[in-house]
Amino acid sequence: MVNRTVVGAHYGLRDWLAQRVTAVVMAVSTFLFLAALAGMPSFDYPQWKALWGGSLIRVATMLFLLCLLVHAWVGMRNIFMDYVKPTGLRLTLHAVVILTLVGYAVWSVRILWSV
Amino acid sequence: MSKPRPKHLDLTKIRFPVTAIVSGMHRISGTVLFLFIPLLLWLLQQSLATPESFEAFRSAVSSPLLKLVLLGLLWAYLHHLCAGIRHLALDLDCGTDIGPARATSKAVLIVSIGLTLVAGAMLW
Repeated sequence: MVNRTVVGAHYGLRDWLAQRVTAVVMAVSTFLFLAALAGMPSFDYPQWKALWGGSLIRVATMLFLLCLLVHAWVGMRNIFMDYVKPTGLRLTLHAVVILTLVGYAVWSVRILWSV
Repeated sequence: MSKPRPKHLDLTKIRFPVTAIVSGMHRISGTVLFLFIPLLLWLLQQSLATPESFEAFRSAVSSPLLKLVLLGLLWAYLHHLCAGIRHLALDLDCGTDIGPARATSKAVLIVSIGLTLVAGAMLW
């Protein structure tokens, strides 16, 4: 192959699969979280804090958020690949999204484990 | 023999079938949700940090502007979820014929808007 340009070659299937696996995890977590919300006797601070006190909900939420970040990365990258033609700008946007998402991951841990 | 057809991909001139509208909205809703991740994380943080920040969180989310934003995000989430479930079915070769594909596209639009209105009525 000659004249290769920077495109999304070789990792298509892996990302396609990652997008679907993370989507299923998030969909299931969404229904579980709604069930947990519905089970709250009242919505006040002690109840709300108690809901987030268990390790199960923290780990489950962290799993949801990590799936969200992977999912958002694949989705945003696909959109940039489709609409942003200048390579330099596109790769810059990719880098910004990656750094932002890593930042959100750190922030999420801080939020969940400082309860 | 060949009919003269317009050959372009000008998004402002193409007529979008319902399947294309749902597909485009999947992208738009995903982008909107990505852009609003920090607001949602911040709200979660405020709601959990201290009793005072919880009260601040409650009054913030009861302001009409933020309520409208959150309702818009809920719609984006529901649309993305419903269209995503439809996508998984398409991946499994379910509903790939044109008739079912159109029907499920309409169902995605109706279910996500309907659920948003129900949630809006409950929360308002």
